[in-house]
Amino acid sequence: MERLPVLLLLLWLCSAFFVGIHLFVGGFLLVRLEVNKSSSCADALLPGAARPDFCEGGARFRRAVLLVVDALRLDFARFRGGNPRPFENKLPVLREVTSSQPEHARLFAFRADPPTTTMQRIKGFTTGSLPTFVDVGNNFASSAVLEDNLVRQLARAGKRVVFMGDDTWESLFPNQFYRSLPFPSFNVKDLHTVDDGILKHLYGTMEGADWDVLIAHFLGVDHCGHRFGPDHPAMADKLTQMDQVIRSVIRRLQNDTLLVVMGDHGMTDTGDHGGESLKETDAALFLYSPSPVFPAALSQAEPEVVPQTDLVPTLALLLGVPIPYSSIGQVILPLFHQESRTAGARSHLSQLEALWINAKQVNRFLETYSYVARDIPRESLSMLQDKFASLWNEYSSTVKEGRTASPALVAALQSYLTAVREVCQATWAKFHPLKMASGIVILATACTLCFAVSEALAGAGDTVALRASLAMGAFAGAGVAVGQLGSLGYVDAAWCLGAAILSSQLAFLWGLRRGEGRAFARGGDPRRTSGGSLSPPVFSVPLLVLALRCASLLSDSYVIAEGRVATFLLLSLGLYIPLRLNWEGLLLPTSPDCQKAPGLLPSPPLSSSAVRRESLVLLAGLGVLVASLYLSLFLHNCREEQGGCNPSPLLVPLARVQDSGLRNLRYVLSVASLAACTYALRCWLRHYGNLNGPGAAVFAARWPLPLASLCTGLYWAVSSTPERSFRGFAELIALALVVLPRVAFAFLALGATLLWMNPLTVFLKPRQAPSQGKGPAPLPRYRASTALSPEAELHHLIPQLYQRMRRSLEDGESSGGPEGDGRPAVEAYGLGTVYSAPVVLLSGLLGLGLLLLHSEGMALAFLLLLLEGTALLHLHASSMTLASLQGAHKGDFSVPWLSVLLWDLAATQFFHATGHLPTFPSIQWGAAFVGFPQGHVGTLLPGSLVALNTFSSHILFAVGCPLLLFWPLVCEVQAPRRGFGGSERNAVMEMRLRERPREFSTALLQLAARCLCVKGAQVLASALAAAILRRHLMVWKVFAPKLMFEAAGFVLATVFTLVGFALVLRVDFAVSGWFKRLIPEQCR
Amino acid sequence: MWDQEIKGMASAHMFIASAVFVGTLLPAIVAEKFSVYGSHLVWVYSVAGSVAAVNVAVFWLLGVGLVAKKNTLSYKVSRMVRSGLHFTLSCFFYHIIVVLYGAPLLESVLETFSLAVLLSTFTTLRCLCLLGPNVQAWIRVFSRDGAMSVWDTSLQITTACSVIGAWLGAFPIPLDWDRPWQVWPISCTLGATFGFLSGLVIAPVWIHWHRKQLTYKSK
Ligand SMILES: [Zn+2]
Ligand SMILES: [Zn+2]
Repeated sequence: MERLPVLLLLLWLCSAFFVGIHLFVGGFLLVRLEVNKSSSCADALLPGAARPDFCEGGARFRRAVLLVVDALRLDFARFRGGNPRPFENKLPVLREVTSSQPEHARLFAFRADPPTTTMQRIKGFTTGSLPTFVDVGNNFASSAVLEDNLVRQLARAGKRVVFMGDDTWESLFPNQFYRSLPFPSFNVKDLHTVDDGILKHLYGTMEGADWDVLIAHFLGVDHCGHRFGPDHPAMADKLTQMDQVIRSVIRRLQNDTLLVVMGDHGMTDTGDHGGESLKETDAALFLYSPSPVFPAALSQAEPEVVPQTDLVPTLALLLGVPIPYSSIGQVILPLFHQESRTAGARSHLSQLEALWINAKQVNRFLETYSYVARDIPRESLSMLQDKFASLWNEYSSTVKEGRTASPALVAALQSYLTAVREVCQATWAKFHPLKMASGIVILATACTLCFAVSEALAGAGDTVALRASLAMGAFAGAGVAVGQLGSLGYVDAAWCLGAAILSSQLAFLWGLRRGEGRAFARGGDPRRTSGGSLSPPVFSVPLLVLALRCASLLSDSYVIAEGRVATFLLLSLGLYIPLRLNWEGLLLPTSPDCQKAPGLLPSPPLSSSAVRRESLVLLAGLGVLVASLYLSLFLHNCREEQGGCNPSPLLVPLARVQDSGLRNLRYVLSVASLAACTYALRCWLRHYGNLNGPGAAVFAARWPLPLASLCTGLYWAVSSTPERSFRGFAELIALALVVLPRVAFAFLALGATLLWMNPLTVFLKPRQAPSQGKGPAPLPRYRASTALSPEAELHHLIPQLYQRMRRSLEDGESSGGPEGDGRPAVEAYGLGTVYSAPVVLLSGLLGLGLLLLHSEGMALAFLLLLLEGTALLHLHASSMTLASLQGAHKGDFSVPWLSVLLWDLAATQFFHATGHLPTFPSIQWGAAFVGFPQGHVGTLLPGSLVALNTFSSHILFAVGCPLLLFWPLVCEVQAPRRGFGGSERNAVMEMRLRERPREFSTALLQLAARCLCVKGAQVLASALAAAILRRHLMVWKVFAPKLMFEAAGFVLATVFTLVGFALVLRVDFAVSGWFKRLIPEQCR
Repeated sequence: MWDQEIKGMASAHMFIASAVFVGTLLPAIVAEKFSVYGSHLVWVYSVAGSVAAVNVAVFWLLGVGLVAKKNTLSYKVSRMVRSGLHFTLSCFFYHIIVVLYGAPLLESVLETFSLAVLLSTFTTLRCLCLLGPNVQAWIRVFSRDGAMSVWDTSLQITTACSVIGAWLGAFPIPLDWDRPWQVWPISCTLGATFGFLSGLVIAPVWIHWHRKQLTYKSK
């Protein structure tokens, strides 16, 4: 068979999808330019102004204490009557102080801009700017903030900034602190290290004199949320501790010091964050000063909600440092005096002055930004400039006439600042339509191409066509590059790649069309006419279901209910199989009383018992499928949009379960599922004779697989032990937490490597029996007929050998005793499943590794996945067998769209049934700590662990994809046709593929193209959804995350599909070599 | 001959279709404060009851399908009993299928079961009338060459339309439109009813259209 052309064509098809995705995502995800300028005290904000603006007002506070309590949600800080939940009313100090000293303290809602991840928020409330969506990915790779920010301004002004807590700060602001005490932040299971570390130093530092600004970032509340959720006694303890901290800090404050207690974001009811629901964005902001700052009575003008960006200008002006250059926040007014300063008496800024400086600074930033980036729409920019000009006039006339600040002017300034913020928000949510459109075009062409390749089946041999179109693509890409170099002066790789791929795609499609036309001119494509159905499969039920699935991605409701949608479609398709077979009259044996016209089917070689048996297998497969579908519905997680939904209790890690009886029960359940998976794999391999012999792959199946599952079971036991018990073995437990998963991973990697190196699972046993004399008898005949070349000889010999081996395999299974009529000289165990056994084994190894990255309860999900996959394969196999038993099958190896679609829907369904959702807060970050409980140094390893965890179901189904091709052949032997005379033709199993290598490679290519087409269509649909609905209310909440997940899942699934198919080609290569070695021995 | 048969079927279908409207109107006249959404179960059972009654009456009057081999009373009684049993079993069967499709398992069991009853009325009852309590024959009818008369073909069409209608009826449920008919199982029962009605219309038209291609084997 042609191995290399198949692989090349597949690679080319995949790369087309990748380029399309790259182009689209590049145009869709928002980018904001960073302005690399800094404010300084000497800046004159207006052209022609004589005096500098910033530092002149003088500092109202000499020092400040900034207590950042990570994930301090607003309702943690507010008081609520009635019977409080564990997280409520645990910070009484805030209420006591605000009610008893209204001139000294305020509590505001502090609204974060999404994405509500900690690093984004720290950037936001130090630079005063808005984060963009792309930054989410940087949470692992915290790199230094390059934009002007508060920490830099403070350091420049000579303030000694002391930092302690979350080490994200240290990576964001390296070497900018006067003193810094960072503590590791990454381990979410650790509630106390950071907080205890801070508390050890906080009070001592405060009582000392060598600091001006003190930043302390507590992580306990956030980690408690991630680990236990807010509704847990541990949260109450943590908040009570924070209450004590705030009290102690207030006691130590001096009159010239401002205290800010704030949360960087909130958390959902499950303790996660990252999205933009109110529970995630609304944090608490508490301001306190020992000297009175606020007006005594709460006035109407005071804001209820303070945007997070507003902290930056406020703190800057209160501490007497310049406002960072890119800040677009507005000062929090109640902190400034209402009346203008009387000459010389007070040097502090009044509200009007503060707002005016703020407005001038924002105006300057806007001018600079619009000069650099040109992405703010011209009309809104000129609107803002007009507004500012009129404000300028009004302000200067007010100052000239010495009037007091009119409330109207203050309101106008505020509305200007709000308008700027809104314009910026709208601009930084802006897209690149041309890139998006070309990405979509490339994706659509790639889908069409896959469809055409799978239908026309012209690809495998057409290396010439592929080469020509690749050359065409290279030419076009180079042309675009030269053009860009000439006109723009630089090369944008995305465009060149896009042009190259698109032109090569079009060239290939054109070639395909022309080839088809030629074939028709010659009298029709033989492959097509033999199939019997010339109608295009566009309107068939499976493609209709695929269209439904794609359409469902365009509606936010269906994306939210995606798990249910996939199950619904999967079940419908599953039920469709027997209905369809019955409609074709294939499900039941044609009974004589039915009086069918016998001429319709040309005397099909069927026995009604075989048909009945196969129908039973089909119905049993359907039953298993339905059962596992229904059970897996109980393993789903919940989106925040889904009201009245409870996440599966199995998703909670065992360590969180408090009832020990329940914990033990769940542990037993998980281990039993794990053992069942491993045992089932072994049984399958043994049944088909793939567990004999000395080969490397057999070794991989025998030892690393069970040992790795043993390690997994032990690891679960260790990781779920409560911390309080076994205090004496703490070190041992910590060691086991590191070693056990790593050993398991090592075993699995060893298994996979061995499998790749020698994927043959065949055991050859020579037999010295009287059969030796008879066995090789037919061989000379073959030699005589085709003794032209060694290859030709081999080609004819191989089928003969399979026949004999197969027979010996069969006999060897049924009766061990030597009996000698026409027995071959050799017995090969496992030859019938020589292709599928390595694929099954690799899926098993991978599955175990992926299971290890999940929480223990998901073992059940993986067992269901195994069951469902097997059920789908059997369903597919028996429907194929039923068709072929009754003579309605074409006779080639092609896998119908129905099975491919079922397979792909199952991957989507198990994405949800393993507790995943296409949302960022639902990512299971815990996977990064399996085997690395202390966290990581780099970002690649944790990132890939989390990606593997997230897309494990896609990966497993992608690797197992070639099984769809093999399974009908594997199941062939089970049809009880041995008793009939025609047994010689039967039960060749996968050796049938080697008898017809051309059909084999065609079918393999077709299967891969169909898989790619089905997956690619879904990516295309979600890209279309994101593009069409980019102004939709739900775009950043539903469609953009869905696109990211769909695209990432596609990339991973494609890579692993290629791995699966490459393994098949590797096996084919090995089998060829094996036969080459074998046959000369046997013939001579 | 052909035209007569098709015309007879069309008028029979008209009667059955009118039963759906009668089943909707009757409770509206009799009961106060009746609405299809508000008192949905009443509507479902009223439609199911009237369709069942008209179906049985039509098939009994026309004498289609019921080829009684023996005319003894005991045979008739046992046949009735078996028919009832089959109908009940089919209700449970539909109920299970609907639950597997994602209907709530414990809450609103009655609603789910009502949908199953309605579907059984639209599909199984017609099978019972035409083919008697003989599952083998039912399975045979739903194959490409299984239909032996225009009635069988019409049975194929109406059954498929009812089931597909109920299936399509599940589509609007997840949408966030907050309409009264999105409440479980209203959209599915409505879908099944509309499917059944359209099946009743489509069947004679389709048979008329394809009368050249349709060839039935011995009856
Ligand atoms: Zn945080
Ligand atoms: Zn967090």
